[in-house]
Amino acid sequence: MADEDARDEPNSPRTATAEIVPLHLPPVADDPEADPLPDPRPGDVDEWGRSERVRGWVRKAYDPMYRNWFRAEWEGLEKIPTEGGALLVANHAGAIPSDAPTIMHGVEVELQRPVYGLADHFFKSAPVVGTLWSRTGGVVAHPDNAYRLLHDQQQLVLVFPEGSKGPGKTYNERYRLRRFGRGGFVEIAMRAGVPIIPIAVVGAEESMPILFKVPSVARALGAPYFPVTANMAFGPLGALVHFPAKFKLRVLDPVTFPDVEPDQPRYSRSRIMDESEAIRQTIQEALFDMLRQRRSVWFG
Amino acid sequence: MGRRVLITGLSTFWGGRVAQALEEDPDVDVIIGLDTREPTVKLERTEYVRSDENYSILSRIVKATGVDTIAHTFLVVDSTTMSSRAMHEINVIGTMNLFAAASAAGSTVRKVVVKSAALVYGSSPKDPYWFRETDKRVAPAKTRVERSLLEVESYVRDFARDNPHVTLSLLRFCNVVGPDIRTPLTKSLRLPFVPKVAGYDPRFQLVHEDDVVAALLFAIDREVPGIYNVAGDGQIPWSEVMAIAGKRGIPMPPFGIAMATEPLQQFGLVDFAPEIIELLKYGRGIDNRAFKDAGFQYGYTSAGAVEAFVQAMRLRDTVGGDEVNYRYEEDVEKFFRHSPAVQRDQPAT
Repeated sequence: MADEDARDEPNSPRTATAEIVPLHLPPVADDPEADPLPDPRPGDVDEWGRSERVRGWVRKAYDPMYRNWFRAEWEGLEKIPTEGGALLVANHAGAIPSDAPTIMHGVEVELQRPVYGLADHFFKSAPVVGTLWSRTGGVVAHPDNAYRLLHDQQQLVLVFPEGSKGPGKTYNERYRLRRFGRGGFVEIAMRAGVPIIPIAVVGAEESMPILFKVPSVARALGAPYFPVTANMAFGPLGALVHFPAKFKLRVLDPVTFPDVEPDQPRYSRSRIMDESEAIRQTIQEALFDMLRQRRSVWFG
Repeated sequence: MGRRVLITGLSTFWGGRVAQALEEDPDVDVIIGLDTREPTVKLERTEYVRSDENYSILSRIVKATGVDTIAHTFLVVDSTTMSSRAMHEINVIGTMNLFAAASAAGSTVRKVVVKSAALVYGSSPKDPYWFRETDKRVAPAKTRVERSLLEVESYVRDFARDNPHVTLSLLRFCNVVGPDIRTPLTKSLRLPFVPKVAGYDPRFQLVHEDDVVAALLFAIDREVPGIYNVAGDGQIPWSEVMAIAGKRGIPMPPFGIAMATEPLQQFGLVDFAPEIIELLKYGRGIDNRAFKDAGFQYGYTSAGAVEAFVQAMRLRDTVGGDEVNYRYEEDVEKFFRHSPAVQRDQPAT
């Protein structure tokens, strides 16, 4: 359900303007002396559709869930930079992924920094859900959006490179990472010149395990998958409520690309795939390590 | 020798405004305005030429007057104002004839400024939040106005490629608001209840009508070849646009709007073009930084443009309409422009 499109777009040349006549203009910097234009905004919704006010309500509502239901426990949180752009990359699981809100909430509460979550446009196209999703920090996964957030605005961006293949796994495939798309997340980080911070998440898989999937319903709904979850055994409300699996999140060492120049029109495909695979391996190994130490699904 | 400018669509809002502004410019010797209808604003020295909607007489005019600059402001971007066929004639066939005339052998044209619209990017849930000039639209164009503008832009590109000696500026404007312009957006913001789509609150980007005129003049005055987005800074949700206007929304069903509003459309009470419904669901943002880097300075942000529009509407509702009561009288205009009895060197009173 997360970023897949971020790498579905081919590289677009990053020229300042589309030239229909080959002539280059020297860029004129904005006059810093100039008075800013009056901007009478009654609300606080930013250009990504995120509202800090709505986010605040959600934080308040979600915090008991985060602390008492999932009992999220972080490890290595200091590896997430307190300033500057960074791309957070995590494994993705649970029929209705519970990892995205947990990571976003955790980082926002602990680091006091907003996190923008890239996800499939499927969310945005749905009425009500799409609006709520945007207000709480969801952004359509598009390379341009990611670049602007990371490079121009130096924000924290969360992405799940497995895309909808991650949460769409059945229970017997748990904690086995899917393909990391086409490595688009690596390319965006290279272009924006920001570090990638891998995060291994344990607990999301058990919070809403998929027993089997019904492809025909998914097709009819236009959804990436239609799961039948263990939670559904607890009635219709159960379909929407996660099991209280213990959440453990381990932030791994940031991956930087010191030898790669940002803002290139194109990056080596093989380098991208190698880096992407290396990051996938790191997260996979961290997951196995965490699972080795886990005594109980519910108590950690 | 001063500039000689040809304006297409003189009777459109933009053509009239650009002509008025150019009249103030002493460097501009000759202003010729082409349209199917008579001008709607008072003009001092602009020469109005009546033409059919697809400009078949254009090559003769270009040859006879030796214009060096063409401002193409005739493009129709509001599909609710006319039939599909008329729009095709004006947009596609008109532009084709315009460029045929401008690229004819011995043409004196050295600059063309085209007023297009951000409609060419479309509006879909898969879109980037800020379209850059180089970006292609994501969803295929389905509405007739978008298709016709895309066709127009393909003519613009061909012309630019074939005529490297001509400076061609293609400006894509986002939704315009302002005291005088009438667009589907300004019309709906003047309704007692503003239409919105239930469950959606899209990001809107707006530009003030004065900034649009300023942008066109900027491109006419300077050398800014290329494609540029023109839009106010910032994107604001539709709910905030309504809040600035002090209006309540009337929700339309998220699915089957066309069907649901069909009875109302039949009576002409509302007119929702498909591209407007898409916009009310998914919004659209365009990156305006390239035009700023070229030196253009905006007078209004997105929210500021809405505020200025709303204030003008409040004033109008209180002190009465300042509807322009101008009627073009051919004899009178001819007399002032061409009669030997008129002393032209004296300042106009």
